[in-house]
Amino acid sequence: MAIILPDEPTPIAKVPSTENKTGGWRTFRPIINYEKCIRCYICWKFCPEPAIEFDSPDAHPVAKPQLAKFDSVKINYDYCKGCGICANECPVNAIEMILEEKLEED
Amino acid sequence: MAKMILTGNESAAWGARLSKPKVVAAYPITPQTSIIEKIAEFIANGEMDARYIRVESEHSAMAACIAAENTGVRTFTATSAHGLTLMHEMLIWASGARLPIVMSVVNRAMAPPWSVWTDQLDSVAQRDTGWMQIYSENNQEVLDSIIMAYRVGEKHNILLPTMIMEDAFILSHTAEAVDVPEQKLVDDFVGEFEPAFKLDPQDPGGFGSLIMPEGPYMEFRYKMALAMDEARKEIRKVTEEFAEVFGRKYPGLVEEYRTEDADAIMVVMGTIASTAKDVIDALREKGKKVGLARIRYFRPFPYEELREIVKKADMLGIVDRSYTFGYGAALYTETKGALYGHTDKPIKNYVVGLGGRDITPDVLVKIFDNMLKIAKDGVVDREIEWVGLHGDERWS
Amino acid sequence: MIEIRFHGRGGQGSVIASKILAKAFFMEGKYVSAFPYFGVERRGAPVTAFTRVDERPIRAKYQIYEPDYVIVLDPSLLKAVDVLKGLKKDGWVLINTIKTPEEIKKELNHDKIATVDATSIAIKHHLGSQAAPIVNTAILGAFSKVSGLVKIETVMNAIRESAPAKQEENALAAKDAYDATIMGGE
Repeated sequence: MAIILPDEPTPIAKVPSTENKTGGWRTFRPIINYEKCIRCYICWKFCPEPAIEFDSPDAHPVAKPQLAKFDSVKINYDYCKGCGICANECPVNAIEMILEEKLEED
Repeated sequence: MAKMILTGNESAAWGARLSKPKVVAAYPITPQTSIIEKIAEFIANGEMDARYIRVESEHSAMAACIAAENTGVRTFTATSAHGLTLMHEMLIWASGARLPIVMSVVNRAMAPPWSVWTDQLDSVAQRDTGWMQIYSENNQEVLDSIIMAYRVGEKHNILLPTMIMEDAFILSHTAEAVDVPEQKLVDDFVGEFEPAFKLDPQDPGGFGSLIMPEGPYMEFRYKMALAMDEARKEIRKVTEEFAEVFGRKYPGLVEEYRTEDADAIMVVMGTIASTAKDVIDALREKGKKVGLARIRYFRPFPYEELREIVKKADMLGIVDRSYTFGYGAALYTETKGALYGHTDKPIKNYVVGLGGRDITPDVLVKIFDNMLKIAKDGVVDREIEWVGLHGDERWS
Repeated sequence: MIEIRFHGRGGQGSVIASKILAKAFFMEGKYVSAFPYFGVERRGAPVTAFTRVDERPIRAKYQIYEPDYVIVLDPSLLKAVDVLKGLKKDGWVLINTIKTPEEIKKELNHDKIATVDATSIAIKHHLGSQAAPIVNTAILGAFSKVSGLVKIETVMNAIRESAPAKQEENALAAKDAYDATIMGGE
């Protein structure tokens, strides 16, 4: 058999890296308490992944009626690695980090 | 002396600790990270009296070591692959400034394609920087070589930096029993750092001044060339002295294994040599006369030893775990250059194990068989051969 | 030369287990080397580690392809990984599971199967959490029983010297596992 060489001159990924669901690396899962969230988007700004996404204003409970016209936020657990920066930065402590294995048990 | 189960990286950290550098400046990179983590732990625990400088890059790490060493203190750093190549400019500065810095290098492949596994291109590409280069075979040698590197490099007739290589993961993350020598013995062997010159506010001077073309630029370079040549003698001497104190005998620049009456001798650097020794024993039992020359020092290059070694066999097989694009791999071209006019025996280059591809005894047996055939026929079938490419029936 | 392969998941301590076992053999005067599969490991992903043991210095610097023993720290790996790959025909596979060797035999086509419920033993000794018990020390006690190559007392001492915390609990877990190991197919 002859030497088998790759077709391309250098490796070219045909699968987007979004296929790599890095959420599986997570030890702690951030959970947003929408009763507290003031929709300030600081978590969205700080998330290094970024795994915090905008959602429609009425997709989640709203803490105060005057916030109802603003987009809400949600966490994309497919990519959230559980670093906890969002929970650390949240000015109203609306994000709690909970051990994944505990959630799996429940 | 205490025997500990240590990885190659822990052995490097112990080698540094025992040699008592005053400054360690380093930037983490896989698979080097556990060296500097261990050193940071030693310093934090008060087991090492050194200043640890956290830097933003390897270029800065070497710059910090250069500045610190220029003030007259011993320094240490460690890196790998892209970190080492980023240091390139500062490596040349360190040797030209005649600062005997010691550095651990974990040999890792260069990207792309991305790879964190072993391959010696990163350090082979630093061949021309004026650093001495040691390639280790096991964790004990990693530790011992650091101690010896300070002793050789700091001699005032040498004043050159040294990098000590370990194959990624194969040594860096593999635990073996290692003799950790007593501090007192190392203190006596390495001694206090006595700089030949230093930055001193009481006796001001500038370093790295401009020299015009008619000035002594060439003369300074020539002095450096003489120092590197002189290092050959010092290395041989220091390995003898090391054996007297520590009871472990390293063979100077080249280790020979069963080269007497060999038909074919493999020339190689790093851990492949270790596996090859087992293979040689097995082949010798079958009456196949093969031997090994393990190059410990790639710089200074052991041309005298190789000119003697080539007399013992009918051919040399040069096994490189890196490739120098354009013509042959570096150990091959260096060996051939050293032997020009001294032999007309066949010499062949085998390129193996790039990007961490495992080198098993089976692969080495095939290489030795090919070498023996060349020794018998007196003809090189292919001057430069890449071993074990996917689908290649010659090696599968 | 004896070659041992560990299968675990990232975070379970397979690499540490390979080193503690090396240390135990070393304490009995053997030459050893221990190393991880040279992968980029992460939590939860399958991890492989190796230990080599010999009467003379070990010069082999390549991976283990035909182990004499296979140790499986997580029973879920039996479905995810070919744990028998390369295992010598008369070699033992030791599995952390609540099942008996006879039950495992329905899943694995191999003669010498040993099992131990290292998870319950680890929980009993409060090693790790209820959700993520750390079984890497307990399983080494079972290896002592299965192989007969290294004394349980030596394994316990190696654990005491190596475990970063709960040294005595880890050592006792190994002893419990030694006593609870079921060896099938002899």
